[in-house]
Amino acid sequence: MVADLLVLQTVAELFPNGISRYAIGGLFVGLGAAAIYAGTAINAGASTFLESTLSYVSDRSRFARYAGSRDWRLVFTLGIILGAAVYAVVFQGGAWTTDVAPWRLLLGGIFVGVGTRIGKGCTSGHGVCGVGSASKTSIAGVLAFLLTAIITAQVVAALGVTP
Amino acid sequence: MSTAAGNEGRHPLFMPLILVGGLIFGFGLGYSHMARPEVVLDFLQFEDFGLLFVMFGGAAVTGLAYIVVPRLFDRAPLTGDGFGRRLKSFDRNVLIGGGIFGVGWGLSGICPGAGYASLGVGNFPILWAIGGMFIGAYAQGVWRSRSAQSDAAPASAD
Repeated sequence: MVADLLVLQTVAELFPNGISRYAIGGLFVGLGAAAIYAGTAINAGASTFLESTLSYVSDRSRFARYAGSRDWRLVFTLGIILGAAVYAVVFQGGAWTTDVAPWRLLLGGIFVGVGTRIGKGCTSGHGVCGVGSASKTSIAGVLAFLLTAIITAQVVAALGVTP
Repeated sequence: MSTAAGNEGRHPLFMPLILVGGLIFGFGLGYSHMARPEVVLDFLQFEDFGLLFVMFGGAAVTGLAYIVVPRLFDRAPLTGDGFGRRLKSFDRNVLIGGGIFGVGWGLSGICPGAGYASLGVGNFPILWAIGGMFIGAYAQGVWRSRSAQSDAAPASAD
């Protein structure tokens, strides 16, 4: 009885917003990737869109090699935006905007752009598709970005930057 | 090169499926609150561990698909491609790039897919982050093209 209460209290502390929104949302993320995989055998990832879209404006070989997939990657990204907009209209009741400072978004975005391209994937490619594939490369990639992300976020918070 | 990568003779349902798959994916990112940098930062600061359910919940579903789908079809119905898991070769770049990505993720609270979804939930300031991602990917591509030239590698990089 006491042990049960302790477990409940610990769960409430670890998950102050419950787990259903995260678990249900995660299932949809996986379902979207699984639907594309079932029909096309494509392992969907979000970050290659950056390079494939740059091939529209740059002839560099690094981007041009994605020219063949740039159109469907653009459609995939449009789908992500529209799907999130459906959530916003139905459940969120309008637009939501962040309070995170623009310099953090811009500088962080630059690191994300460099890192995902060197590291062959991001949270969807490595995290969702790669871990689902039990790929040792992806599991190593996930551990690497989780570690530095936790350190960075904790250091920034400790320096008093909020948010 | 897989047929999916080219745009010759694609199945008429190819693009619609990509769009619908993206819709479901993006709805999930919205529903799970991953489109909000604050929620990701809360996870990284150990204040709310819900993100683990998003990533591993998603990975559980794709993991199931990797097992079930190849037993249902010999080849993908819309591309004719064989089914493979997402297995990429390991080298130190996976750790270096992952580490750099993590610094950006920890600083901004946003990753590429969640960034696009964030635009969808009306979070227009996320354009700072998406712009940054393009700048970073461009800089990395220019740098990689140059180093490939100086190595005089005859074949494609990977």
